[in-house]
Amino acid sequence: MDIFLQLVASGFLVGGIYALIALGFVLIYKATNIINFATGEFMMIGAYIFYSLVVYLKLSPFIGFPLVIIFAAILGFLVERLILRHMLGQPNISIIMVTIGLSSILLGLAEIIWGSSFRSFPPLFPRKPIILGEIVLRSNLFYGFLMAMVVVAVFLLLFKYAKVGVAMRATANDQMAAFSMGINVKTMFTISWAFGAIAASLGGIIIGNIGGVQPTLGHIGLKIFPIVILGGLDSIIGAVIGGFIVGIVENLAGGYLDPYFHGGVKDLAPFVVLIFILLIKPHGLFGTKEIERL
Amino acid sequence: MSSILEVNNLEVLYNNIILVLKGLSLKVEKGSIVALLGSNGAGKSTTLKAISGFLPLEDGAITDGTIYYKGESITRLTPHKIVKKGIFQVMEGRRVFEDLTVEENLICGAYTQKSRAQIALDLDKCFKYFPILKRSYKRLAGYLSGGEQQMLVISRALLATPTLMMLDEPSMGLAPMLVEEIFEIIKKINKNEGTAILLVEQNAQLALEISNYGYIMETGRIVLDGPVDILLKDRDVQEFYLGMGDGNDNTSYRNVKHYKRRKRWLS
Repeated sequence: MDIFLQLVASGFLVGGIYALIALGFVLIYKATNIINFATGEFMMIGAYIFYSLVVYLKLSPFIGFPLVIIFAAILGFLVERLILRHMLGQPNISIIMVTIGLSSILLGLAEIIWGSSFRSFPPLFPRKPIILGEIVLRSNLFYGFLMAMVVVAVFLLLFKYAKVGVAMRATANDQMAAFSMGINVKTMFTISWAFGAIAASLGGIIIGNIGGVQPTLGHIGLKIFPIVILGGLDSIIGAVIGGFIVGIVENLAGGYLDPYFHGGVKDLAPFVVLIFILLIKPHGLFGTKEIERL
Repeated sequence: MSSILEVNNLEVLYNNIILVLKGLSLKVEKGSIVALLGSNGAGKSTTLKAISGFLPLEDGAITDGTIYYKGESITRLTPHKIVKKGIFQVMEGRRVFEDLTVEENLICGAYTQKSRAQIALDLDKCFKYFPILKRSYKRLAGYLSGGEQQMLVISRALLATPTLMMLDEPSMGLAPMLVEEIFEIIKKINKNEGTAILLVEQNAQLALEISNYGYIMETGRIVLDGPVDILLKDRDVQEFYLGMGDGNDNTSYRNVKHYKRRKRWLS
């Protein structure tokens, strides 16, 4: 029983961090209908920028975080303005290819700038593990989780209550009608890319702080696909809950099954759950079904 | 009388090939209700879309002509700028944001308004016109009935406090009773708020009842226009748009062959 609780608790923490990254993906998909395959690379770039600010420029992490947020917003802005704005109205498959290309470009750039060697962050949080009864939690994971939750909460509140958040949801719902309200839809696209990039790069910092940074950090971004499809591609709440489910399932599978199968079950398990849920709910747990009026 | 909207010789092309408007001109006087009537495919909705800047979104373009609003050209401006200037279009088919609550839909309507106090006042006004919205304030707009949705989209327009409100077939798909109620309210809005209204309708009878001036369109141009009381007396209008028939001709099939009134302007 102890090991079960331990696995669930640390899976929950990992899941919270996944939720943040998945949010970065969903923010973009919901507003623009673009599947951003470069989400993982946004994470990786965010982590490297933070590393450079803190290690090379010796800035305090408290200055590093806001700077990364600004940088990520600029990155999202540029990607939308310079590349995807011109793809408006093109077939979906071309747009997907563009984002895949973008992920390779960002990966290459990171290798050119920072090299391909592994680097680890200076300690950001107190090293002492968190002990809750029988459960022991790694401090990096625990504080990373708290950070992720704060960012997720800020985004959720923004979407629920801020005028710009409401306008973004309106745009996602009916672009033409959003235009007729006087909402500048193209600006909404730019803002959602900026938000998506911010969420992903903050997730990247947290992951980088746990496991170190290297150009392939972005591969963890592949995990967002079971998460977002599970939650329903366009649901923010779905991304958060999907994140927790995948985190916990992955950890349980890893803890109980990996010893018997030479490892690998950990990465497989989320996809198995994904297929089961899709068989029952094809739109994901919280995905949009068209509202049918009676 | 001063006109706030002047459309001159407008020509609109879709997909670089389909000429939908062929030199259309119309005027909307300050604070008046103008009806734009015509059969399906005449280009009524296209006219509204041209005014509100939606054409580029549907692969259409204004190839000739001008649109002036309060003496200033708004031809080919982007939609959000046109809304800011005070022209608000209520689109055909009640485009509520289905996944948003009634409240959030109304927030979107007031998107271009800055003063929170003013928005609150306008909201109260909306509830006076449409008390039903107050009850469904927190519900998802997608689950409202058709009539409630139409009331919601008109309220969204009210919150934008436009000088000119353009309504594209507000009667579409609604029960006759509801349609009359909504037209009553449109008339009230015009009277109380001084909002000029450009009304596109299939239901000519109803539209002319509340309007001051009418334009009748056929295949991309205006074929008849005039003050409503004159239009209502016109024999062509009576037969083709108000469905009154032409005397007793239709009672016997024998007469049909001999003489049938044509839309003279078509040939």
